[in-house]
This record gives sequence, C-alpha cells and structure tokens, in this order.
Amino acid sequence: MENLVNIGIRSIFIDNMIFAYFLGMCSFLAISKKVKTAIGLGVAVIFVIGITVPINWLIQNYVLVPGALAWLGDDFKNIDLSFLQFIVFISVIAAITQLTEMAVEKFSPALYGTLGIFLPLIAVNCSVLGAALFMVGRPYNLAEATVFGIGSGTGWMLAIVALAGVREKMKYSNVPAPLRGLGITFILVGLMSLGFLSFLGFSI
Amino acid sequence: MSTAAAELEVVEKKAEPLFSKKNKTLITNPLDIDNPITVQILGVCSALAVTTQMKPAFVMSLGLMIVTASSNVVISMMRNSIPSRIRIIVQLAVVSLWVILVDQLLKAYVYDVSKQLSVFVGLIITNCIVMGRLEAFAMANKPWPSFLDGIGNGLGYGVILMLVAFVRELFGGGSLFGYKVFDALGIHYQGNGLLLLPAGACILVGVIIWVQRTLNGHRESH
Repeated sequence: MENLVNIGIRSIFIDNMIFAYFLGMCSFLAISKKVKTAIGLGVAVIFVIGITVPINWLIQNYVLVPGALAWLGDDFKNIDLSFLQFIVFISVIAAITQLTEMAVEKFSPALYGTLGIFLPLIAVNCSVLGAALFMVGRPYNLAEATVFGIGSGTGWMLAIVALAGVREKMKYSNVPAPLRGLGITFILVGLMSLGFLSFLGFSI
Repeated sequence: MSTAAAELEVVEKKAEPLFSKKNKTLITNPLDIDNPITVQILGVCSALAVTTQMKPAFVMSLGLMIVTASSNVVISMMRNSIPSRIRIIVQLAVVSLWVILVDQLLKAYVYDVSKQLSVFVGLIITNCIVMGRLEAFAMANKPWPSFLDGIGNGLGYGVILMLVAFVRELFGGGSLFGYKVFDALGIHYQGNGLLLLPAGACILVGVIIWVQRTLNGHRESH
C-alpha cells in the first residue's frame, strides 16, 4: 500500500510528464489558453491514461514479452513478439479513445459537449503512449501500473491547468511584441519546470 | 475533401518539372517561415527531450525525416481509398510500421544511441509533425510533392534540433559530438548545469523563437 502511494506521488510531482519528460507538449501548448478547457482536457487525459496503461500492461506481460504465450501450451513457449510493441500499443490507445468517445456521447451528452473535440486528439497525445512505454521499462505489477497511469495523467492535468492560469493573466503584462504568444509561453514553461525541480528533494 | 482533391488533380495534370518553383518552396518554407517547431508548434516534446547532446539529436532528426517522408508517400498513394471516419487509425498504422523499421535499424547499427533515445524513437509515432503533415498535406496531394513536404519538414525540425543541441552541449557540457572543445583549446570551462536541465531547453527554445520572429517580423497577439 505504502509502495502504491509512493508511485502515485512520484508520478504526479517528481516524474511529472510535462516538466520532467516534456511529453504531451503539443496539446499542452495549444490548448492552455483558458482554465476551463484545460480542466476538461486534463480529465479526459487522466481517464484515457488510467485505462490504457493497465490494458497495455496485460498485453505486454501475457502476449508480447518472450515466453509470455506459454499459457497457450508448450508450442508457444519460444515466441517473442516484442517487436510488435509500438503498433499494438498505439492500436489499443486509438481504440480506447474511440470507445471512450462513444461511451461519453451515449451516457453523458453534457460532458460530451464540453470534451467532444478534445477526445480524438488524445490518441496522438505523446503522454499516453509515453506512459505505456515507461511502464514497460519499469518493473511494475498490475496495481502499480494502474496507479502510475492515473498519477501521470493527474500530473499532466496539474501542469496544463497551472499554465492556463498563468496565461490567462498574461494579457495584463507588456511582453515585447516578437516574444508574444509562443515565445513567452516556452519561457514560462521553463520557469515552472524549475519550480517543479524542488520536488526532486523528496526521497521516497 | 474529395472534391478539393479532385480539383487539385485537374490543376496538376499539366506536366510539371520535378523541381519546379512550387516544389522547391515545399522544402525551403519549413526551414524558416513555416517551421514545424517554432511556427506550427508541432513535435515539441522530442525537440526538448533529446537535445542534451548533438549525436542523439542528429539521429533523431534523421529518423523523423525518414518516417515523415515515407509515411507521407504511402498515405498520399492511398489517400483516395481511405474512408475518412477511420483515417486516423489507418495513418497511425502506417506510421508505426515505419517507426518499427527505424527502431530495429537503430538497435542493430547504433545500439548506444538507441539506448540514449529510449522511448523517444517509439514516440515518433505520436510526434505531431508526422500526423500533422499527413492530415494537412499528404491527404490532399500527390506522392512526389508529399515526399518533398516530408523531407522539408524533417529538415526544418532537424535545424532547430541541431541548433538547440549545439548550444546545450557546448555551454552545458563543454563538448560537441562528445569531443571536448574547451579542453582541446586549453581553456578551463565549468559547464552550465541549467542548460542541461529540462528548464534550460524550454527557455532556449523561447529565445530562439524570439530571435526568429524579430528577424522575420512574424507577430502573435497574446
């Protein structure tokens, strides 16, 4: 249990998807002009990462790794399918995103109205595929992988909401004209990332 | 979509030299006024993450250029038979096939760089440059212009990557392509650790955008 809490805190603050690994930067920069839309997108990302990481964990450990197909019988013991990792993972992510979109549309039209346009975009959000690939590189079990997924999504949402909050106030400041927009946003992200460095001091 | 593509084909029926003026701009535009990173805001994640040294940055740009150009060609050849509802998943499948090829090649020939790039080779699949160019260009143009567009955007990405990596490796670690420049000149140089941190990369890209927009006059309101 303690271990799960540690993984959760690590993935939200210390190994933050944006400030430590720069994953999901494209939508992070493009859709962070208003706090309200940032929250909507953040929730959708948490949802998709939280579901796809455990599913990809199951596929990785019961289908892809060398010897994982042993449960099918002795003939399958020596099969190594790990080179299919990318295409399998991205198909799972695209399928889950599509399913999520359909489920939300059917059961909660109000939420769909808010999130509608962002949902398909999540399939190409690097942080979703990135979380799946990091999960492969670390020795997690199923519960830890789930917590890691939800934690990474939460960290991403925290980052985008914080940046949107700062950018909403940016219109009151006098930024040099060529630096306006994208330029100053990059510098802001750099400064926020410096702030997040202080979490490195936690030893857990 | 289909009518626009059909119109375009009629216009392009007249035989056109391989490197006509229009085709040349497909390569030169992404280098400056239509740069994928600083103007279109595509493919930023990997640009920041793999640029602490020049060697991985170079390999990454090469990999991305190959993937963009070849998936552009494939999608452009199939563009009239892809149903638009499932086009994203078709595009992802084509892109991931090319990425698997590049990944296996890197693992076979430059294993150390491949280890250094870790998950970022796989992340070329979701690199917005590839998807963005497929959607914006290859779905509506013929294979040859699509190929040039892929090469051009790969180059534009590579230029920014090499620039960022040059500054970060030279002033952060005191070397270029792993060669200790300052030591060879006999100068003692204490590396600036800030440049090697994620934060340094962000601020550096911000400054590059600032300089570029001062020079070419591109402006953005908040």
